[in-house]
Amino acid sequence: MVMAASPESLATPVGRVPRITGRLGGREAFGRLRMRLGIGRSRYRVTPGLYAIGSPSPDSPVLVTANYKLTFDTLRRDVDGIDAWILVLDTDGINVWCAAGKGRFGTEEVVTRVQQARLAELVSHRTIVLPQLAAPGVAAHDVRERTGLRVVYGPVRSRDIGAFLEARMHATEAMRRVTFSLPERAELVGVEVVEHFKIVLPVVLVLALLGSHSVWAGLVRAAPYVVALLVGTVVVPLVLPWIPVRSFALKGAVVGAPLIAISLLLPGGIASLPAAVGTVLAGTAIASYSAMNFTGSSTFTSPSGVEREMRRALPLQVGALVAGLVTLAAQGIWG
Amino acid sequence: MSGAAQTGLRYLPGVVTLELDRARCNGCGVCLQVCPHGVLVRDKPAVAIRDRDACMECGACVVNCEPGALCVTPGVGCAWAILRGWLRRSEPTCSC
Repeated sequence: MVMAASPESLATPVGRVPRITGRLGGREAFGRLRMRLGIGRSRYRVTPGLYAIGSPSPDSPVLVTANYKLTFDTLRRDVDGIDAWILVLDTDGINVWCAAGKGRFGTEEVVTRVQQARLAELVSHRTIVLPQLAAPGVAAHDVRERTGLRVVYGPVRSRDIGAFLEARMHATEAMRRVTFSLPERAELVGVEVVEHFKIVLPVVLVLALLGSHSVWAGLVRAAPYVVALLVGTVVVPLVLPWIPVRSFALKGAVVGAPLIAISLLLPGGIASLPAAVGTVLAGTAIASYSAMNFTGSSTFTSPSGVEREMRRALPLQVGALVAGLVTLAAQGIWG
Repeated sequence: MSGAAQTGLRYLPGVVTLELDRARCNGCGVCLQVCPHGVLVRDKPAVAIRDRDACMECGACVVNCEPGALCVTPGVGCAWAILRGWLRRSEPTCSC
C-alpha cells in the first residue's frame, strides 16, 4: 500500500481526512512506466477511504474511484484545482472498468464505503459522482434505496470532470463514449509484449538454439517466431482499425503470414520450401493466437463475439501449429 | 455511430445478446448515460436500440435499469478469460 497523501490532513465533523494534491512527481511517473510494462501491477494500490483535494467544504462534490494507484493518480492530477472529496473504494487494486465487470466496484462496496465515511455528516448535499465505467457493477437505484444518496454517473475520462462539474454535472455525448485511439492502444503495447514474450520467447529460443550449430543460426531460426509475437502484441494493436477484417484472430493471421514470410529472407534463414511453409504455418498460428488475446485489452469486443471467433479460430490455430511443427520436424530442422 | 465505432473499430455483427422490452421501459434514460458505445437512443416515451452490433455486453445498462426492461448475457470480451472458463469449466474470468 502506498499512502498517496501529503502529510497534511483536514479537520472535519467526521474526523481528520487526509489531504492530497493533484501534483504528480517522479515517483508517479516511474510507477506509471512500471504499470505500462506490467511490473507489479497487482500491488500498486492506495488505502481505501476518504480523501480531500484542495479545500473542500460541505458543498463540494464527492468523487468515487478505485484504489488502483494509477487510477487514483490520474484522477487527482485531472481534478487539480478543484475542491472535492474523493472516496476511494477497495477494488483490490483493480481499475474502475475491470473492477466493475467483476462486481468488485459494485453496489455493495459503494454502500459500505459511503456508510463508513459518514458522508451524510460530511456533506450538505445527497449526491455522489461515480465514473461512468463503474456502471456495469453498480445499480444506481439500489444505492439510492440503501443510502438515500443519488448516484450521478460522471464522464468516462477523469480529464472531463472539470467540464462536467462546470456544466452542473452534465456530461456531453462525447464524454460518455469510450474510444480506442492510437495513443490509447500504444499505451497497452508494453504489457502485451511482456506478458506474451515471458512465456513464449524462452521456449522458442531454447528450441532454436538446441537445434542449431551456431548461436547466430539459432537466432535466425527463432526470428520468425519473434516476428509472430510482435505481430500479435505490437503491430495488430497499433494498426487495429485499418486491418479490413473484424475478427482479431484473422487480423493476426493476415498481418502475420506475410511478415513472417519476409523474416525468412534473413541471411542464413530457412532455404527449403517445405521448411519455409512449416515455419509460416506455425508462426501464423502464434500471431493469430496472440492477436486474438488482444480482445481482452480492447474497449469494444463483446464476449459473444469473442466466443464466436474463438470457436472458429482455435481449431485452425492448433491445426496450423501442429502441421507446421510436423513439417519442420520431418525436415530435420530441429534435429 | 460514435466513439470507438466511428473510427473503424467495429466487431463481429449479429452476435450481441442485448434485448430491450419497450413495454417495460419507463423512459428514465439512465441506460443512455451509462452505455459507453451509444447503443441506445431516446425514442419517446421509451428508448430504442440504435446500434446493437456496437454493444460490448458490459451489462451497465441492464444493471442500472430499474424496471428491468433490458437484458443481456454480460461478461468480459476477452479471449484469455473465455479460454480459462472452458478449461476450468467455470464462468469466464480475467486475470487483470
